[in-house]
Amino acid sequence: MKIHQLSLFLENKPSQLMEPCRLLAESSIDIRTLTLADTEKFGILRLIVSNWEKASRLLQDAGYVVNVTEVVAVEVPDRPGGLAHLLGVFENTGTNIEYMYAFTFGRGETAVLIFRFDNPDAAIERLQAAGVNVVGSSEVYGRIEK
Amino acid sequence: MTDVPDDLSLEIHPASVPDYMQVPQMRELQLGRLRSTVRRAYLHVELYRRRMDELNVKPEDMHTLADVTRLPFTVKNDLRDTYPFGLFASPLQDVVRLHASSGTTGKPIVVAYTQHDLGVWTDAMVRTLSSCGLGCGDIIQNAYGYGLFTGGLGAHYGAEALGATVIPISGGNTDRQIMVMKDFNVTAICCTPTYFLHLLDRAADMGIDIRKLPLRVGVFGAEPWSDSMRHRIEAAGGIKAYDIYGLSEITGPGVGSECRCQAGLHVFEDHFYPEIIDPDSGRSLPEGEEGELVVTTLSKHAMPMLRYRTRDISAFVPGPCACGRTLRRIKRISRRSDDMVIIRGVNVFPSQVESALLAVEGTLPHYQILLTRQEGLDQMEIHVEVTPAVFSDKVGAIEKLQTKLAQSLYQTLGLRVDVRLVAPQTLKRSEGKAQRVVDRRLET
Repeated sequence: MKIHQLSLFLENKPSQLMEPCRLLAESSIDIRTLTLADTEKFGILRLIVSNWEKASRLLQDAGYVVNVTEVVAVEVPDRPGGLAHLLGVFENTGTNIEYMYAFTFGRGETAVLIFRFDNPDAAIERLQAAGVNVVGSSEVYGRIEK
Repeated sequence: MTDVPDDLSLEIHPASVPDYMQVPQMRELQLGRLRSTVRRAYLHVELYRRRMDELNVKPEDMHTLADVTRLPFTVKNDLRDTYPFGLFASPLQDVVRLHASSGTTGKPIVVAYTQHDLGVWTDAMVRTLSSCGLGCGDIIQNAYGYGLFTGGLGAHYGAEALGATVIPISGGNTDRQIMVMKDFNVTAICCTPTYFLHLLDRAADMGIDIRKLPLRVGVFGAEPWSDSMRHRIEAAGGIKAYDIYGLSEITGPGVGSECRCQAGLHVFEDHFYPEIIDPDSGRSLPEGEEGELVVTTLSKHAMPMLRYRTRDISAFVPGPCACGRTLRRIKRISRRSDDMVIIRGVNVFPSQVESALLAVEGTLPHYQILLTRQEGLDQMEIHVEVTPAVFSDKVGAIEKLQTKLAQSLYQTLGLRVDVRLVAPQTLKRSEGKAQRVVDRRLET
């Protein structure tokens, strides 16, 4: 039930962001969503792509240091309160959220939230127990191929 | 009889007379001193005796100066290995001064002087300052560091014996340096060239034009500096900027100095016998060819040094010098044979950087040392490639790594350095020796 997210180290200088994106585009690998964490001196580019193993190999061969992290994707109603309700599941449970980001498929009334938890398996159990729809990789990637 | 050029006869300090000695006389003097130095070292220093025995060389085998090449080399590690007093040829009670290197890791290099040795050192420094056009009546601001570092006290004793008025201001506190320079009508300053540039900047900020002051000479050493830097210093400071050379293992400052011609440094070779060797093969090189400078002390008692490899790259400058000195000249030192760099007066080896990085990561990443000069001060930045082992998905973890690396480097080098993590494969790989150090300071 976990999604494989790729992370890349980027120096804070021109064309660092462009190069990996161009590389993926040339191999027809689609980026489902991404987020860029930045500091003054460097950034970490986190990507969810259509074929993570292929993308990982491609980027490593090109000299990138690629990290693969298991993250959890959750589908929530795309309306006010959607996120707050979801976060309520974790209130008072001591669950640590490292970071999160979101995207939609552009149709329907749901949004997908990507979470990095310290303990993804425990988080998944909690979410499912609360009736939240934890989305698997085939669904996340699958919806890319219309 | 020494043959002193007529036009200079009024300007020569008595101590400088040997600078003008006829060459055959000098060689005879050197041979006699070499023999007694080698004898002294063999008799009293276990390391030299052992090494010479291994090579089957005895002090009596020094028949000509060329026989010096039969002696084994001495290297910096020998001083570390015999720390603290293992290379002394005099009993400790005859040693009246100890100095040590400014190294912050491991054991420092310890050097020793008898009363006689201080006399030799002072003699060399008087001749150095004299060679830079200084004498009685000059007011000399000595901004070399006083303490275990040989620069401060070396220049001090020399300037005092010269008969000049000495201000033992030592290093730092630039505002006060400028105030003293102005208020005391200083005519000469002794310091590192980069410190002088820093002082010029600060004076400019304060609205003081150094060119308008009585300052006319700078005696600069302790680090390599380029001709373009010299021109900048001379123009901005309104002074003549002279290069001097020395190293603690030999005596401190005073091994060699430029003269008014600024065309190479005269080595005070009646005290310090120079050779230029191929750093890889150890063979002596013909005059004019570049190689590693090797020095044998001829006059020192407490710590004679036989064929000490300085790791500095130079060459003999052939031909006579217009100043009239017959002392052989060496080219200004521009680089080292071992990648050591000097930053803000501190010696830094790439190997130290490596051990600092290794201590944090467990393996050695590709790295590069980048040296720049900002506002007159040396800055060091270490570029470290990110490796799979240390790359984390978490920003905090990477920042922590950066901090840890900087801390480890500070502990090892004693210097605050910037750590910049760079993308993998971005540091140039080379087939031969990796270019560990990119030094942009001399470009300024």
